[in-house]
Amino acid sequence: MDALWDASAPLTANELRDCLAERALAQTTMLTVLSRLEAKGFVAADGDRRPKRFSARRSRADHTAELMLEVLGSASDREAALARFVDTVTPREADTLRRLLG
Amino acid sequence: MAIACAAIALLAVLLAWPVPVVLARARWTTRSPAVALALWQAIALGGGLAMIGSLLGYGLLPTGLGLVEAVPVFAGALFAGPLPAAVGVTQGLALSAAVILGIHLLLNLARTAAVTERQRRRHRELVGLLSSPIPSQPGARMLDHPAPVAYCLPGVRTITVLSQGLIELLADDELEAVLAHERTHLRQQHHLVLLAFKAWNAALPWFPIANRAERSVAELVEMLADDEARRTVSGETLARAIKRVGSAWESPDASGTGYVPDAVAVQRRAERLEPGNRPLSPAARSAVLAGSAALALAPAIFMLGLL
Repeated sequence: MDALWDASAPLTANELRDCLAERALAQTTMLTVLSRLEAKGFVAADGDRRPKRFSARRSRADHTAELMLEVLGSASDREAALARFVDTVTPREADTLRRLLG
Repeated sequence: MAIACAAIALLAVLLAWPVPVVLARARWTTRSPAVALALWQAIALGGGLAMIGSLLGYGLLPTGLGLVEAVPVFAGALFAGPLPAAVGVTQGLALSAAVILGIHLLLNLARTAAVTERQRRRHRELVGLLSSPIPSQPGARMLDHPAPVAYCLPGVRTITVLSQGLIELLADDELEAVLAHERTHLRQQHHLVLLAFKAWNAALPWFPIANRAERSVAELVEMLADDEARRTVSGETLARAIKRVGSAWESPDASGTGYVPDAVAVQRRAERLEPGNRPLSPAARSAVLAGSAALALAPAIFMLGLL
């Protein structure tokens, strides 16, 4: 996935394997991993051309931002109910809280 | 029986509104978060049972039927009446409300659990792709983001996530304190308590108190984790870590997220770690725990009496 994020253009499975040469992955492993990532919506394969070229659907920064929103979101809209080390709120909520608990 | 029913109805009203309001404002809860959490859970459980129980009691009172005897009578009458003569419109409404409320609460718990599980799985996948393991800390991963954040993901294989911003901000002993804090959340399964109160809040959004309860519980869970962490790291180090993370949010890197730390909560958590702050006396703790048990048991015993 990192290799796809770092690549400037869509890559074929072969090119991707060359990027990860030090991991010595089999072609079939590569394709399995790619199709799993595709099914989960992280990777897109372009059209009908052979060989298929793969690219990341969204940038690493986009995904990180999504994670952070989930982590930081206010308790009321945060379904994941994560325990955060220091709780965060939107500025408006902070005012409301101060009024309620003050 | 009528008096017991009225008492349980009164308990339902008290637990739905004035008691949580008072508890959310109480100051002693920060001294012994564990017993305060027990009390919150008793209020939620006792409140729910008392609401359902008093409605059932009111509906069944004139029939003289027990709950077990009543089920076949009412189930039979549902599609091919008539209801027992003693059941008037208000009794019918009360019984329907009890059934609907019970189903509503259980469905919401199931729904919240399912949604949470789905989100957590997706979150876990993304964390797996985006973060790198921290070699010195098994089970901990670093996420490349400037905002100072630490949290944990429960599950079969638990993960503690620390952001790059947090690792750069804190000294080694402070990071150790954060990790000890997060390990407590995971070990004591705090996510289950949070989940139950989230579901309660989702089920009763028109009760302003459910929201306040969820907030209070979230804060108490953090304090409880602080107390456990304090067994392995010094309270001073932990308080320093909390204050530094709290104030670091004012830097431009972190404020770009549009969130601010809950400054009041940060201050409360740091203050209670200062030396000289003692937990409640054992007698007071026992009293709160006994009261909690009574709140949860009274409506449960009443419901058993209905059988």
